[in-house]
Amino acid sequence: MLLIPCPWCGKRAQTEFTYRGDATVERPDLADSDSQWYDYVYTRDNPRGEHTEWWHHTGGCRKWFKVRRNTWTHEVISSEPPVRD
Amino acid sequence: MAKSPFKRYSGFSLLRNALSNHRRWPRAWRDPEPRKSYDVIIVGAGGHGLATAYYLAKLHGVKNIAVLEKGWLGGGNTGRNTTIVRSNYMLDGNANFYEHSLKLWEGLSKELNYNVMFSQRGVLNLAHSDSEMESFAIRGNAMRLNGIDAELLLPDQIRQMVPHLDCSQSTRYPIFGGLLQERGGTARHDAVAWGYARGADALGVDIIQNCEVSGIRVKDNRVVGVDTNRGSIDAPKVGLAVAGNSGRLAAMAGLKLPIESHVLQAMVTEPLKPIIHTVVTSGASHVYINQTDKGEVLFGGDLDLYNSYAQRGNLPRIEYVVQSVLTLFPCLRRVRLMRTWGGVMDMSMDGSPIIGKLPIDGMYFNGGWCYGGFKATPGSGWCFAHTIANDEPHELNKALSLERFETGALLDEKGSGAFAFSH
Repeated sequence: MLLIPCPWCGKRAQTEFTYRGDATVERPDLADSDSQWYDYVYTRDNPRGEHTEWWHHTGGCRKWFKVRRNTWTHEVISSEPPVRD
Repeated sequence: MAKSPFKRYSGFSLLRNALSNHRRWPRAWRDPEPRKSYDVIIVGAGGHGLATAYYLAKLHGVKNIAVLEKGWLGGGNTGRNTTIVRSNYMLDGNANFYEHSLKLWEGLSKELNYNVMFSQRGVLNLAHSDSEMESFAIRGNAMRLNGIDAELLLPDQIRQMVPHLDCSQSTRYPIFGGLLQERGGTARHDAVAWGYARGADALGVDIIQNCEVSGIRVKDNRVVGVDTNRGSIDAPKVGLAVAGNSGRLAAMAGLKLPIESHVLQAMVTEPLKPIIHTVVTSGASHVYINQTDKGEVLFGGDLDLYNSYAQRGNLPRIEYVVQSVLTLFPCLRRVRLMRTWGGVMDMSMDGSPIIGKLPIDGMYFNGGWCYGGFKATPGSGWCFAHTIANDEPHELNKALSLERFETGALLDEKGSGAFAFSH
């Protein structure tokens, strides 16, 4: 069982959360090129190692936040509210 | 070229080797040192990579092929799947490809002179609502129009076919019917890797295990070779068939793919007498069940649903899958789980695979298999070999190109959108 550190509620069981994926992709501007939109919608870095990702505390405070987690060891490193880096 | 002492397996060879106390069986494949250069390098000695090498040598006359494997052959998803083979797809781009694969399965043991224990015991998808029955009718009709067998079953027929299934109205998801593909079934997954390995080796392919690719050398947008822990190897053509590690290999060539890696678990119970004679799947709780020839009930469910390269999963998913199995087969309640494991899935953004060229000359990609790579093994190798040999895709894998994500010609069977984990 993963313990996901919600920035507002503290560590909770993974079953309370919904996963959404890579939090580093940024929505391009409407005027940006097709290839930028292709990258945004489809391609991912998909690292083996540290990954910044969106989680939603569906069964708790219902807020979105970013988690930094290792995709190889499943170690959860940190979490933060949804602020821009 | 040093060829292995390929001896056909037969009743006669079994008898002869029995008389010499089984001490003189030739080894099934060699263990060669990597050479300086090859005409084609395939990265990944799973079922797909080995099948590709086999068909390249057999059908396209390519000599000097190496298959590089970081671990041992067939040790990745080839040895971790739930062994189900089917071709019950709705979209033409998928259906024709998987049907070709199923036809290759039907002759595979003979083709390879190796018993892959392909058993056409049928694959039954259960429907749990009227709307699901309607969607099955649509899919079944689409399959039949493509010349693939499909039969819509009513609850009474299902009750007779799978007597231990809970077909009552009091269960969590009552059964409204199902879609059966009789020609689907299961195969012995390890035997598929071993059979292709032995066949490819006999055709002169070098299968090099414990050889991890650490870099891909590209010059003027053309691949020239790979770096490995056993030295640099040159080749004008490199094909990737590395499933969950697709993203890492592509990154070595400076490419980004529409793929995420996720962990998928499977598990077996202790062996029982035969009680489930077909493959049973249910979309309502996303679970698929069959009984192995050893008697173990083998099942899997959904992904753990977060990006992962770990070949192990987590208990909440196991609990959910077990609950789903018990909802369908309450009679298994007292049976103990014997083993669970995980494999790393290359989840593509539309849920369909990619077999085609990469934007670097001489580089080819085979991946994005999501949950369904095993059944595709023969067809995947067959199409990938054609693509590599001719530097263009075959009609059967034209729709499975990487470019479809840019052009919008997606193959999203469920229409669930660009989330790798939703397929």
